[in-house]
Amino acid sequence: MEQVQFLGPGMDPVSENRPHPVPSGESLHWLTLGEVSHGGQQCFLVSALWAPGMKAGPPQPAGSLPLALAPLSTFSKRPLSTAVLEALSAEESSKARNLENRLEIDGFPPSPLVVKDFIVLRGLCSPALGRPGQLLNGHTNNWAVLVCTSRFWFNYRHVANTLSVYRSVKRLGIPDSHIVLMLADDMACNPRNPKPATVFSHKNMELNVYGDDVEVDYRSYEVTVENFLRVLTGRVPPSTPRSKRLLSDDRSNILIYMTGHGGNGFLKFQDSEEITNVELADAFEQMWQKRRYHEMLFIIDTCQGASMYERFYSPNVMALASSQVGEDSLSHQPDLAIGVHLMDRYTFYVLEFLEEIHPASQANMNDLFQVCPKSLCVSTPGHRTDLFQRNPQNVLITDFFGSVRKVEITTERVALKPDPSSLGYSHLKCQKDEELTEPLNYAEQLPVAQIIHQKPKQKEWHPPGGFILGLWALILMVFFKTYGIKHMKYVF
Amino acid sequence: MAEGRMPERARLERPRGDRGDRERNQALAALTLDPGSLQPAPRLARRKTEKIRGKHAALCFATMAVMLGLPLWWKTTETYRAALPYSQIGHLDSMLLRLRVPVSVVFIQGSLPIVDQQKLPFTVVNERDVPLKCKMKLKCRFQLAYRMAGSHEEKAFKKDTIEEAEAALPLPKEDTLGSLNIFVIPEKSSLLPKDKMSYIGPKRTAFVRGTQVRQALTVMGQRILQVAQSMSLTDEVLAAALGDRLPEDKVSLDKRRPLKSSLGYEITFSLLNPDPKSHEVHWDIEGAVENYVQPFLSLLSVVGNFSMDSQILYYAMLGVTPRFDAASSSYTLAAYSLPHVINPVEARLGSRATSLYPVINFLLYVPERAHSPLYIQDKDGARVATNAFHSPRWGGIMVYNVDPSAYNTTKYPVKVDVDMVPVMEVFLSQMRLLFGIPPPQMPENFLLGDPPREGLRSWEVDRLVWARTVENVATVVTTLTSLAELLDKIGNIVIKDNVASEVYRAVDAIQEAVVELSAGNLELAFRYSREAVTSSEKAFFDPSLLHLLYFPDDQKFAIYIPLFLPMAVPIFLSMIKIIVENQKARKDIEKVD
Repeated sequence: MEQVQFLGPGMDPVSENRPHPVPSGESLHWLTLGEVSHGGQQCFLVSALWAPGMKAGPPQPAGSLPLALAPLSTFSKRPLSTAVLEALSAEESSKARNLENRLEIDGFPPSPLVVKDFIVLRGLCSPALGRPGQLLNGHTNNWAVLVCTSRFWFNYRHVANTLSVYRSVKRLGIPDSHIVLMLADDMACNPRNPKPATVFSHKNMELNVYGDDVEVDYRSYEVTVENFLRVLTGRVPPSTPRSKRLLSDDRSNILIYMTGHGGNGFLKFQDSEEITNVELADAFEQMWQKRRYHEMLFIIDTCQGASMYERFYSPNVMALASSQVGEDSLSHQPDLAIGVHLMDRYTFYVLEFLEEIHPASQANMNDLFQVCPKSLCVSTPGHRTDLFQRNPQNVLITDFFGSVRKVEITTERVALKPDPSSLGYSHLKCQKDEELTEPLNYAEQLPVAQIIHQKPKQKEWHPPGGFILGLWALILMVFFKTYGIKHMKYVF
Repeated sequence: MAEGRMPERARLERPRGDRGDRERNQALAALTLDPGSLQPAPRLARRKTEKIRGKHAALCFATMAVMLGLPLWWKTTETYRAALPYSQIGHLDSMLLRLRVPVSVVFIQGSLPIVDQQKLPFTVVNERDVPLKCKMKLKCRFQLAYRMAGSHEEKAFKKDTIEEAEAALPLPKEDTLGSLNIFVIPEKSSLLPKDKMSYIGPKRTAFVRGTQVRQALTVMGQRILQVAQSMSLTDEVLAAALGDRLPEDKVSLDKRRPLKSSLGYEITFSLLNPDPKSHEVHWDIEGAVENYVQPFLSLLSVVGNFSMDSQILYYAMLGVTPRFDAASSSYTLAAYSLPHVINPVEARLGSRATSLYPVINFLLYVPERAHSPLYIQDKDGARVATNAFHSPRWGGIMVYNVDPSAYNTTKYPVKVDVDMVPVMEVFLSQMRLLFGIPPPQMPENFLLGDPPREGLRSWEVDRLVWARTVENVATVVTTLTSLAELLDKIGNIVIKDNVASEVYRAVDAIQEAVVELSAGNLELAFRYSREAVTSSEKAFFDPSLLHLLYFPDDQKFAIYIPLFLPMAVPIFLSMIKIIVENQKARKDIEKVD
C-alpha cells in the first residue's frame, strides 16, 4: 500500500513515517490508501484519520463502511502502509467480533476518549468493480481532450482550469497517452509569474497543478481551431506523432473539456479566431460517422456556454456548460500574490466534486449536474442529455473521468517445444556481444568547451549614424547647386 | 489636444463652405435654366435621348450584373466537389455478401453403401443466412464437392494412427486459403477412438466417420457440414467480424477482445526489473523471438505486417502493492486489483512516434526481492497457473518469479537467466487471444489434433482471414456510406480530385472483394478488401477534407453588404424607375386611345 495520496483541502504531503497526519485547522485529510478486499468485496480505503482532541467524529464519506478499528499505537513509528495492513489483518483474524456492533457498543460516533486512542479505517466497497458487470457499459478505453483556448497572463485561470481537470483525470487512471492536452499559453514560464514553473489552482498557493509529469501536447500557437478540429476528426497531417492524435475507436469514451472566452454560439481561440457551435457539432458528427467514440461527455466552462451544445445532433453525446445563453461565467479565487484569479467558479466546484471520486466510486452523472448550484456559481449551469442513450443516473462519473481497464486472466498456454541447439547458439552470441561491447560514454550534449573558448563575435559593420543624414544633405546640396533656390516652388 | 481642437475648427468652417456651395449651385441653376427657357424644343429632345440612353445604360448594368456577376460569384464561392460514385456507394449498403467455402469431400472405400457410391462424384451446395441488423445481407455458402478416394489416398489410410495417416496423405490439389479437405473413413475404422465422430487436423484436413445406413449421403452431408462450419465460418468468427451489425442477443463480450483489423502491428516485449539492486536479469529475447514468435507470426503474415522490438525497464513498478499471504509466505495480486496495475507502468513504456499501427505490449515482470514470490489470484482466490493476465486490445503481463534458492548467496545482485519457453508459451497464447484466435471449442465427439510447432493451426489462420475480410468489407461500407452521408449533411466539405480517385479505387476494390468472396478465393478477396480499407481510410481522413468554411448567416451578410449594396442600390432603383415609367407610358397611351 505504497500509493498514499492525499486528497481534498490542505494538500501538504505527509511523510510515510509520521505517526498520523495532523489535520490543519478544520480541514480533514482523506486518504486513499489503495484497495483492500473485505468480505469478498473490493474496498477502497478512504480513511478519515483524526487528531486527538477532535470533538466530533469526522464526516464520513457517503456509503463507506468501517473496516477496522486500529489503536493509535499501531501507527506510531512505522510506515503508514504497514500499519494499515497490520490493522486490517488483525481485524480479519478477529472475525468473531462484529465490528459494527463493537463500534456501537463503544458509542459511535465515538466519544472523545475513543477518538483519542483509535482510528477507524473506513472503506468504500463495491462488488461491481473488476467484474464483468462493469463491462456492460460497453467501452474498453477512455480518452480525454482538454482544451484551454485563451492566451495572456490575465487568463491564468483558464490554464489552471484545464490543468486541474488534467490532474483529476490522470489521478483517476487515464494515462497520458490517452490525453490530448491543449494549452494556449504557457503560464508556468510567463515572466509575470512570481513563482516560475508553477501553476496554482488554490488560494495561498496550496496546490501546484503544473507538476513534474504534465505532458502538454499542443502548446501556445499550436492551439488553433483548425488543429482542434483536426484532432477530433482525425484528419491530421501524416507527420503528426502518436501523442498528438486522438486514436479512439468505437469502444472509446471521450471526455472533452473546453474553457476560454466565449459568446453566443462561439468560443474564442487565441484572440484571433473562434469556433462556432455549428462547426463543433459537425465535427462531432464526423467523429460519430467514423465511429470514433462510443460515448462522449462535453464540458465547457465559458460565458454563454450552453449555446455551444445547442446545435449538437450526433447520438451518445452528453453536454454540460457553466452558464446559460445570456449569462456570464464567473471566476473564483483571486490571489493577491499572483495577482489574477486562479480558477473559474464552475470548474472549481466540479473539481471539488471530482476530488471525492475514486476509481471505485458509484457517483453518477446526476450528481455532477448538481455540483454548482446558482448560489455558488452565480451563473446557471446547464446540461443536455437528450442525445444520450442511457439514463444519466446509470452513468458513472468514472465512465468518463477514469479508466478502469478490462482485464482477463490468461488460462491457456501454447505448448512449445524448446529448441536446445538454437538456444545455446544465441546464448553464445549474447556472450560474444557482451565481450565485444566497449564501455559506453555519454555523448557530449553541449559543446561547453567550444562555447567558453570561442572568440568574441566580430561586429557587423554598420555605416556611422550621421552617414545617411550626410548623404541626404549632399544630394540636396547638389540639387540646389544645379537648380538654385528659386526652383524650389517646382519641387514642392 | 490636437484631436480635441479639430472638430471645433471643422464646425467653424463648415457653414462657410456650405454657404459657398449653395451660392455656386444657385448660380449654376440660373445658368442652365436660362437657355432652357429660351429654346425649349431642342432641349426637350436632348433630354429625351439622354433619358433613353440612361435607361439603356441601367439595363446594360443590370444584365451585366445578372449575366456575368452572378455566375462569377457563384463559381468563385462554390466549394469544389469532384464527382463521386454516389449511386454505387448507395448500393453498397444493401449489398449481398456471399461467403463461399470450397470443401472437397473424399470418400474412402467402404465408408458409404455401394448404392450411394455410384452416385459420386457430384457437388452439393448448402447456403445459410446470417441475420444482420442492417440492410446488408450475409450468406454462408458451403460448396461440398463429393468424390471417391484415389489410390494414393487409399494407401494413406492403411496406416495405424490418424496422425500418420494424415502425414501420408498426398498434398491436396487445392490447398489454398479458406479451402477444406474432408475425408470420410469407414464406420468401423480404428483410426479414430470409438467415442469420437470426427478428427480435425492441424492443417486444412478433417476426417469424419462414415455410415452405412439408408440415405447415407444426407446423413453424411449434415456431419460434414458441421465439421466444415466449425473449421471456417462459425458464429463466433462472424460475431468478431461484424461487431455492432449483429442483433443484440448475439453480441458477446469476447468481441471486444481482439484488435481491430489493421495493416500492421507493433509488438513490444518489455522486461520490467523494479529491483536491479538484487536482480540482474538476462533474457534471451532475440533467440525467443527467432524461435517461437517469428514462426508464429510468419503464419499470420497474410493478415498484416509485424514489427517487433524489446526493451528492459529498470525501477518500473506496478501500480498496486501486493498483499502478503502468511499461509504460503508469498505475495499475491488479487484479481480485482489487476485493472489498476497497468496504468502506472504504461507511462514508462513509450511508443514509437513514427508508426500509427496498434501497439501490443507484452510485459515480463520480475518482482522485487521484497515482494517475491508474487502470484496472481483469480476471482475465487485460487492461484493462477500461468501467473499472467491480459487486457483486450492492449497486451499481456506475466509475472516471473525468481527461484528462491538463488537468494542463498551474499553476492548481490543475483544473476537471473529467464527461461524463455514458459514465458513465450504464455505470450503466444495471449497473442492468439489478442488477434482473435480463441482456443477452439469443439463439440464433445470431435477429436482435435495438436497444433503444429508454430502454435497455430492452418484452419485457424483461415478463420482469422475470413473474419478480417468480412470486417474489412463492413468497415469500408460504413466508411464510404458515412462519407457520402456527411457530404450530404455538411455542405462545406471540399472534395479534391485525389480524394475522389481514392473513393473510386475503394469502391472498385470492394466490389472485386465481394466477387472474389462469392467465388471462394479467400486470399484474393482479403487482398482486395485491404486495398479498399486503405483507400477508403485515406479518403475519409484526408487533411483537405476538413471544412473550415462554415460562416453563420449574419457574418455572410456582413461580408456581402458592403460589397453589393453600393452596386445593387442604383441598379435596383433605376430598374424600378424604368418599370414605373414604362407602366406610366402604357397608361398614357391607353388614355390617348
